[in-house]
Amino acid sequence: MSENIIEIKDLNKSFVSEKGHVEALKNVTIGIKKGDIYGIIGLSGAGKSTLVRCINLLERPTSGKVIVGGKDLMELNDRQLRSERRKIGMIFQHFNLLMQRSVIDNVAFPLEIAGKSKKEARKKALEYLEAVGLSEKAAAYPAQLSGGQKQRVAIARVLASKPEILLCDEATSALDPQTTKSILTLLKEINEKYGITIVVITHEMSVIREICSQVAVLDHGELVESGSVEELFRNPKTEEAKRLVYSGSTHVLSMTSKKVVRVFFNGQDSYEPTIGNIILETSTPINILYANTENVNGNAVGEMLLQLPDDVEKADRFIRYFEEKGLNPKEVKYDADSAGNNDDN
Amino acid sequence: MLTQQEIMMIIEGLRDTLIIVGLSTLFGYLLGLPLGIILAVTDKDGIKPNRIIYKILDLVTNILRSFPFIILLVVLIPVTRAIVGKSYGTGATIVPLVVAAAPFIGRMVESSLKEVDKGVIEAAQSLGAGNGTIIFKVLLAEARTSLLVGATIAFGTILGYSAMAGAVGGGGLGSIAIRYGYNRFQPQILWPSVIILILLVQLFQILGMRISGKLDRRKK
Repeated sequence: MSENIIEIKDLNKSFVSEKGHVEALKNVTIGIKKGDIYGIIGLSGAGKSTLVRCINLLERPTSGKVIVGGKDLMELNDRQLRSERRKIGMIFQHFNLLMQRSVIDNVAFPLEIAGKSKKEARKKALEYLEAVGLSEKAAAYPAQLSGGQKQRVAIARVLASKPEILLCDEATSALDPQTTKSILTLLKEINEKYGITIVVITHEMSVIREICSQVAVLDHGELVESGSVEELFRNPKTEEAKRLVYSGSTHVLSMTSKKVVRVFFNGQDSYEPTIGNIILETSTPINILYANTENVNGNAVGEMLLQLPDDVEKADRFIRYFEEKGLNPKEVKYDADSAGNNDDN
Repeated sequence: MLTQQEIMMIIEGLRDTLIIVGLSTLFGYLLGLPLGIILAVTDKDGIKPNRIIYKILDLVTNILRSFPFIILLVVLIPVTRAIVGKSYGTGATIVPLVVAAAPFIGRMVESSLKEVDKGVIEAAQSLGAGNGTIIFKVLLAEARTSLLVGATIAFGTILGYSAMAGAVGGGGLGSIAIRYGYNRFQPQILWPSVIILILLVQLFQILGMRISGKLDRRKK
């Protein structure tokens, strides 16, 4: 465990709000290895943002330990904590740039905090702006930039304090898919080039799939599942993880009308025309209500919702076949009326 | 028409007004700016919440703000005498003006600083910024346009208060307007004084807004 750059142990955080006592985090324990890109995923309100703010103590946990780079942050005084924070960069959903400072002065800001002169800070800042491909915007102000450019400035600003860790709090949630992709690519580059450990907080499975190697699933303040991203996609164990992996299918299911099963693919089966074969074999059509299959590291994984014939005998034939093929069929309740309304999160 | 002497009197009045209002605004900010900063910082959502300090300053500010200026002028006579040496004249009006302006300025500074995006403060903290850096490089810097607008309002308000300086024998246009215009019923002196006061407020309003607009980088 000693190679873990971040160790969170039995972390609890509760708030006293107007609505009463809220337990935002319950006994969360996570170990993050140096150089990893670690994803923390959960629906909104799951406690992800609170958790990531506990890593640099922007939020003070109610109990538990936060050990970063071997140092127990809760034991440090203000001055020591500030110097540790410089090693833990953070980027945000809404970028949080200084709006009255030019782009270059935003990037120079952490250098000024570190005691560099304004001139020296600007010179260094330009190098970091180059690293994120924005040196031509040095004199512009944040209000003149697009969302993706603002996030690049925020990343350059973080890099200027030479962090060992980068916390990303929904850093791509305010961006369109294409910009998201370019920011994620940049994060991956940073991880490889500077060896910075990255912690990614998100509610989007696609972000996890894109860049993370390890993942933890947070639900109502509890860590319900963690492990490699590949494993999570192949075999999500908890309900919450399944819901996130197969996101989009969640609200399709509400009431029973016909016989519907959900089948799961896990790699080895997907090059075989499994569904086609059984249809040919039984000469009975079945209806694919929903399908989501992915290619994860060379293995196709995913799920389908299949509407089976009303005839019990024939339906059972399909189910036995799926079981034989290891597709783990599960009968689900399905409401045709609400099938169309699947807004994201 | 105004006599040469009357014109001179109005020009002197303008000079006195500018001195009184200028110095009062200056000293008002010397007290009010730190007051506003402490209020913003120690409030429960501030960067260093401190219930006791906030409550005390909050109460004192409210009490001073509830005094009608003319009463404050009278109540503060012993204080004015202790500071200026006498309780009448131009210099003596600055003391009550500062006492009236500081809490008002403090509140405006407080509200300007509280407008600064919490996320930006959080970002600065995550970069290892201490509270001093956050106050000067984040709060005051990010709120500068709002602070300037506040200063413009403060100037106008203090100018309004300064008209009451005549009550303790202070100079200035307001005092002239009351003494000649009201007490002696000389509208030919009243109106020029009032018009100059109006122009003065307009001028500073336009100037303040223009500078704050120039300094605002949030626009595209």
